[in-house]
Amino acid sequence: MGLLDKEFSDGNIVIARVDDLMNWARLSSIWQLGFGLACCAIEMMATSASHYDFDRFGVIPRNTPRQADAIIISGTVTLKMATRIKRLYEQMPDPKYIISMGSCSNCGGPYWEHGYHVLKGIDRVIPVDVYVPGCPPRPEALLEGLLKLQEKIRNESLRKKSA
Amino acid sequence: MKKPDEIYELLKNQFGDAIIEFGNLLPVEPIIAVAPLQIQNIGAFLRDNEELKFDSLMCLSGVDDANGTKEKDSDGTDIITGGTLSVYYHLYSIPIKHKITLKVSAPREDPQVETVENVWRCADWHEREAFDMYGITFLNHHDLRRILMPYDWEAGYPLRKDYKNPEFYQGMKVPY
Repeated sequence: MGLLDKEFSDGNIVIARVDDLMNWARLSSIWQLGFGLACCAIEMMATSASHYDFDRFGVIPRNTPRQADAIIISGTVTLKMATRIKRLYEQMPDPKYIISMGSCSNCGGPYWEHGYHVLKGIDRVIPVDVYVPGCPPRPEALLEGLLKLQEKIRNESLRKKSA
Repeated sequence: MKKPDEIYELLKNQFGDAIIEFGNLLPVEPIIAVAPLQIQNIGAFLRDNEELKFDSLMCLSGVDDANGTKEKDSDGTDIITGGTLSVYYHLYSIPIKHKITLKVSAPREDPQVETVENVWRCADWHEREAFDMYGITFLNHHDLRRILMPYDWEAGYPLRKDYKNPEFYQGMKVPY
């Protein structure tokens, strides 16, 4: 973590920068909005379940955007849904993060040409922090995406949001 | 159990001119073409007749026949004028175990078909979908509005052969 390096040998005292402490707290408890769209959501649920155990990274689903730190866009975003996702995103408190999971939400996926109803990438509506490729990505890939997001948060500064 | 041509004869005797033709071209299933503004009575007859008992509407689907005159637009896509849009009804009788397909065709410019939602309740959402995708108006449907596309979708009916996708929807770019 880089947080316990400066521990005194005989006391309950740790010296750390505020940035490091805040970032450590944030990246260790990324609560995701309980929200799924398509087949990617099945993989996301598998990632949450006991075998892959999202919870060991501090990721638990919250049922309201007001208590969520991250939103995993897991599946095909239709134009109709995009307006709703934008509203959910706006209801989340800062700091907030977005993982775009799978080809559909990255770029439209298999619907890129003839999908009259599909938004060709969620980044046309909200800013994305991590893109996870795959169709759908395996749970390992989603975990890798989460680790990337943690890395990103670890290097943030309180003075300015980097994402 | 009745054969398709026997069903056709029954309908012809009952409804006369409203039964337009009997199509039996393999490998497609036998299809009876009927008048779009009579389909409700015909459906009720098919459901209630003791020899037919078509109690199940397996599927109701819209079709763009694209049989009008085609012109090339400036961007190379087709514009279709004239011709018909169709609705297909796949019926099955659970007690008698026979089936039949009905078809109605309506002019593309003003496609009006009677609803059958009060004959088979499940037709409600099927008809809304056909309306959403092809713009077929189902007369006397109690709640005919879009079911899949957004309610404020103004670009037309996506499964028509000459449909053109809009450039933007609510500020979001639509093409890739």
